[in-house]
Amino acid sequence: ENSGTSFILCHEMAKAAVLIQQWYRRHVARLEMRRRCTWRIFQSIEYACEQDQIQLHNFFSYLMDQFTPSSSKERDFISRMFISGESYKEAELEKYCDYESIEVPDSYTGPRLSFPLLPDHATALLEAFQQKQQLHARYVLNLLHETRKHLKQLPNISHVSTCYSEEVTVCGDLHGQLDDLFLIFYKNGLPSPSKSYVFNGDFVDRGKQSLEILVILFTFLLIYPKEVHLNRGNHEDHMVNLRYGFTKEVMQKYKVHGKKILKMFQNVFCWLPLATLIDQKVLIIHGGISDTTDLHMLEKIQRDKFVSVLRLKKRNESSRKPEIQAINGERESGTDAAGNEAAPRLSLQPQSAQAPSTANRLEFSRWLRQTVQEQIDTCRRLVDVSKSEPEELTYSSMISLKDVDEPELSQSFQILDVLWSDPMPQEGCRENKVRGGGCYFGPDVTEKFLEKHNLQFLIRSHECKQEGYEFCHNRKVLTIFSASNYYEIGSNRGAYVKLGPDLIPHFVQYQANKTAHTLTMTQRISRVEESAFRALREKLFAHTSALISAFKAYDGDNTGRISLSNWATAVESVLRLGLPWRMLRPQLVRSTEDGMLEYKSWLDDLAMEQRSQEHIQSSLLEVIYRNRSNLETIFRIIDRDHSGLISFEEFQQTWKLFSSHMNIELTDDGINDLVRSIDFNKDGNIDFNEFLEAFRLGCHDPCLHFYKARTVSPNLERACTWQAGKGKAGVQNRHHCR
Amino acid sequence: MAEKEEKGEDGLVAEIEKKITEAFEVFDRESNKTVDVREIGCIVRSLGCFPNEAEVQELIEKMEVEEPGGFVHLEKFLPVVTKVLLDRRFRPIPEDVILHAFEALDENKRGYITKEDLVKYLTEEGEPFNQEEMEDMLAIALDPETDTLLYRDYRKKLVVDETKTFPYNV
Repeated sequence: ENSGTSFILCHEMAKAAVLIQQWYRRHVARLEMRRRCTWRIFQSIEYACEQDQIQLHNFFSYLMDQFTPSSSKERDFISRMFISGESYKEAELEKYCDYESIEVPDSYTGPRLSFPLLPDHATALLEAFQQKQQLHARYVLNLLHETRKHLKQLPNISHVSTCYSEEVTVCGDLHGQLDDLFLIFYKNGLPSPSKSYVFNGDFVDRGKQSLEILVILFTFLLIYPKEVHLNRGNHEDHMVNLRYGFTKEVMQKYKVHGKKILKMFQNVFCWLPLATLIDQKVLIIHGGISDTTDLHMLEKIQRDKFVSVLRLKKRNESSRKPEIQAINGERESGTDAAGNEAAPRLSLQPQSAQAPSTANRLEFSRWLRQTVQEQIDTCRRLVDVSKSEPEELTYSSMISLKDVDEPELSQSFQILDVLWSDPMPQEGCRENKVRGGGCYFGPDVTEKFLEKHNLQFLIRSHECKQEGYEFCHNRKVLTIFSASNYYEIGSNRGAYVKLGPDLIPHFVQYQANKTAHTLTMTQRISRVEESAFRALREKLFAHTSALISAFKAYDGDNTGRISLSNWATAVESVLRLGLPWRMLRPQLVRSTEDGMLEYKSWLDDLAMEQRSQEHIQSSLLEVIYRNRSNLETIFRIIDRDHSGLISFEEFQQTWKLFSSHMNIELTDDGINDLVRSIDFNKDGNIDFNEFLEAFRLGCHDPCLHFYKARTVSPNLERACTWQAGKGKAGVQNRHHCR
Repeated sequence: MAEKEEKGEDGLVAEIEKKITEAFEVFDRESNKTVDVREIGCIVRSLGCFPNEAEVQELIEKMEVEEPGGFVHLEKFLPVVTKVLLDRRFRPIPEDVILHAFEALDENKRGYITKEDLVKYLTEEGEPFNQEEMEDMLAIALDPETDTLLYRDYRKKLVVDETKTFPYNV
């Protein structure tokens, strides 16, 4: 070859190389975009769900605040439905959650615990759980009693020193993922006198082995009390557990003693310390801080009074509802058996005049409606409405404006903030509306706080991070998250951090699933993406009515079509997830013509996909459905003028209140449809029988178009029995889902 | 299309700007309308463009980034990239062109490229891959049994919906 040819050849090859590189880099960029979008989807949905949960409870407690139960049965129902968490006194606990009477049969081959616990017990438990064995209820309860006794002695803020233990390992959220805990122990070693651990909350919910994790952590806590430290997370709260899986897990695994065990957990969670301090320099809390967080105050709080901080329920001092307790605190000594209050509770005072006597029901309900409206208006005036949309005004924001100097309220805010807050890049401190609890705190808040208490940095968890950990606020805040593959296999790594006397963090990352390792990057991303989009389509479907209205607004000529650009705008206005819809569109909208989408058939396609899947969504209807054994009471709550009929207006009123708490909008048309489909005899009112029937029909009746959305969880509803149709015109088959 | 004619240029520009802003915000870590300059290439490519590294550099220069390794503000990013999309620059590389490129590297026309050759070409020629990029590509592209790149199949796998993105797609 002469040099000329070889030069051309080289040039050709260089060009070819550039092309291939160019092409490949574009492929990688696209993957990266998909990866980030997927992440955004998961996070926005996760937090939106949490918000739903809290807001739903707030909404119901608000409703109940105004509702006068007429019988002790109703009182009990309400207590059970919303406030099922008093912290029991010692004697009551020992009696109700006793374990000594529980016999362990000889056939039981699992670990047997005796107290005080020894390292051998821990080993036995680890082995047993690895082999999927279950610890006998007696030992669970025994363990919980001992744990509670131990935790009671601990201060709110645990102190750890690196001079004794050399290195401290800090782990973040585990969320019931036992494999991750095993992996951590495998890589890092078990807790021991020379190996200190801090577990920063959220041990339970979502994953399926929350119970095992708690048993292991509590066991090590009792064996090595100086070396093992547990912080409370926002999921160590029975109200949250109800929704996110822990309650269900316990009841499934312990069919006979489940309730006792849950009760004990409630009374253990509230005793978990709130924070850990390393060398007086590094503060570890589960969520974050707010601009009012004060360690001195935090130290002094009686933390066991706050079994759940979810609902900061205030009561009207002048009302006669002593049986309904605020903030699930322990019963005051002044409360007698009839539940008459000794100490006055915090109250959300109506700004207007005294409530009229309940004797005159119509007047009462009129007053009620007026009061609600006035309160919302007052709050609107106080809040800078120009910045926030009206729908964001929630119950919790209403509370935050009132009576903040009340000691008990501000104490619960201390805890709420520490357990629920998230850092944000911008300066300042504002309400965490996404989660519905705690704050968003900025780097200036962090700086001030660290200075005030002479600290070096904060370690917190609470948020999933792709690499298992992340710094922010100029490396003054470290997020550590220990549940790998949290959203889906391949979605993220878990991590733990080690601190020595120099307090310089060293990280170890891991991913608990073997499959994740063998998948290529593309496969991993595809898989996680699929999962994310499934969840997103479900969300879209749940907002079908609102979406139709939004699309119609852009479709003045009623062509049934909408441009893709308007589609994106409309969808964001309904779902408010802050997602890049135009980027996501190719995965959500498959077929278009001329850049236009036929929205009705698109929504129908979504519906078809959903019918076969289970999903769990917050909604008035779903909560009602789940509590259908108490339908009568729910009916009475909605039937404000106590006429025995729910009028369109009452339903609409309730719904409007509801949608101002949740982000689910429903137009008048939508409500109309809903009422009409429940109103079987078409007289414009729903009577009690119709109401009952509507919710028994629930899952399969196509004309209740909310129920198109709700295929009920198989765990609740597998056994459906069909009853022969009876009675009302227009209703043919009925089946009662048990 | 009737829709576009009605909307006209303005409508199209507005739509392009919205999409660019969305893509930008995905990479905007601090939610303050800035991105790391090192992500520019990624963002532009994810919008459907196929610039090479030199072309990316050119774009960055147009955006007047203050310090090297600094940040780019949306204000500077948007007009530059809008023009790119309106002018339909950096269009997708057609299938046959990529095929020729692979064939050019397959000196003996055997239908495959060995791992060693691939590494040599892509890390030494053109706009070389760094180690991470090379490893990633090998992980996806190599046929595990023969440890070679069967480029016809590989190219098919990746090309599938590469070209179907706004605004090149209707």
